[in-house]
Amino acid sequence: MASKYSNITVQGYRRENGRVGVRNHVIILPVDDISNAACEAVANNVKGTMAIPHAYGRLQFGEDLDIHFRTIIGTGANANVAAVVVIGIEPGWTKKIADGIRLTGKPVAEFSIEQKGDFETIRAASWAAKEFVHHATELQREECSINELWISTKCGESDTTTGLGSCPTVGNMYDKLLPEGITGFFGETSEITGAEHICQKRAINEEVGERWHKMWKAYQDDVIFAHQTDDLSDSQPTKGNIEGGLTTIEEKALGNLEKIGRTSQFIDILEPAEAPGKGNGLYFMDSSSAAAECVTLMAAGGAVIHTFPTGQGNVVGNPIVPVIKITANPRTVRTMSEHVDVDVSGILRREQTIDEAGDALIEMIRRTANGRNTAAEALGHREFSMTKLYRSA
Amino acid sequence: MPDKNPVPNEIPQLLVHEKADNVGVVVVEGLTAGTDMLCCITHDNSTFRLTAKHDVPIGHKIALTDLKSGDTATKYGEDIGKIIADIGQGEHVHTQNCKTKRW
Repeated sequence: MASKYSNITVQGYRRENGRVGVRNHVIILPVDDISNAACEAVANNVKGTMAIPHAYGRLQFGEDLDIHFRTIIGTGANANVAAVVVIGIEPGWTKKIADGIRLTGKPVAEFSIEQKGDFETIRAASWAAKEFVHHATELQREECSINELWISTKCGESDTTTGLGSCPTVGNMYDKLLPEGITGFFGETSEITGAEHICQKRAINEEVGERWHKMWKAYQDDVIFAHQTDDLSDSQPTKGNIEGGLTTIEEKALGNLEKIGRTSQFIDILEPAEAPGKGNGLYFMDSSSAAAECVTLMAAGGAVIHTFPTGQGNVVGNPIVPVIKITANPRTVRTMSEHVDVDVSGILRREQTIDEAGDALIEMIRRTANGRNTAAEALGHREFSMTKLYRSA
Repeated sequence: MPDKNPVPNEIPQLLVHEKADNVGVVVVEGLTAGTDMLCCITHDNSTFRLTAKHDVPIGHKIALTDLKSGDTATKYGEDIGKIIADIGQGEHVHTQNCKTKRW
């Protein structure tokens, strides 16, 4: 069924595997923490590349290692990335990650440091990075349908205005664009606590709903209650949430869930950093509610634009995915407007409807996809945080 | 759904999600005790008046009716926690008198 959203087009980069990206990064990707320095040296040598340093990648095992690999491979595979130089301390895991990214068909080069040292590795990797920059800078944007975008959401430094304004704005966007065929991600497992009965009912069918509830309950039992030393009221809600007027996790969760709108239903559940496998539609990704960790996981799952409602003013960004900040809090607009892309404070004054705010966000998604840098990009926010499940061996 | 300003030339100080709610959210900065607030229920855009009994920061909640310790706080038409100290109509509702039922 055609709507006024059906014919929106964006100028994107169509990758070798058909996926549409909105940025054209050449990244220098460390397999592990001790390869960060070499990656940063290569990025310093070759302008137009970006190193993505991170904290882990040694002596992890089991599910924790699986998440690490999925996150690094998914980051390289993301359609916002044109080409990737992978550097690790040894060749085995380096090859595993490079081969994982190669499945997309994009240019990938791999280097390992042992028996060569940083100097020789940096020299060889710099030559490859330079070739990739020449390749990437000749790629042209082309017309793509808005329905080819994969759009994620997660809110941060929430307050009561997020539940009234910025989260329903994202929900309105999903209600309008999911029927057009976009792919969406939401998550934040612990932060659905208090609204889990509502979330479960938003599954496409009973089977998905039951699997969702099992996942949520496992998180409660295995993580929250297993590690709880006292009341979690100082952590969830956060100090910032409480300053903003949120009193309980239930209140926070009900506001959070406004991000999936009135009619949207989720079709499947994803592991952290897992790519969707059931076609277009909305997916719940099992994920932390910490902003940088969650955005990193969703980017690794394939999201190319992130919509981020904030109340008190979370400043998070991501190295490869533009993060669009939306706020309804007039104090945040007044005191930290350099972080705000979409001001929907008119909702609180009853000057702007949720429908109008949703349209304003869709327009900002279109402009961001076409190349407009977000506030977080302009301010250099490139937070990349690995999700760690347990201690390394 | 009509959700524009129900009272021309007057901006509401308090928004309430649903008719069943017993708390509302202050949406202006610098609200002082004694203010005769314009309150708007966003679900149907109906309005009412309520006097604020405390200075309450933007984003914080105010009780729409007298609440007793042991009552349930309702927002979005849903249970958001238990009242742990008596609260008078128009007074500030937050961590000092309302607590999660979850952890």
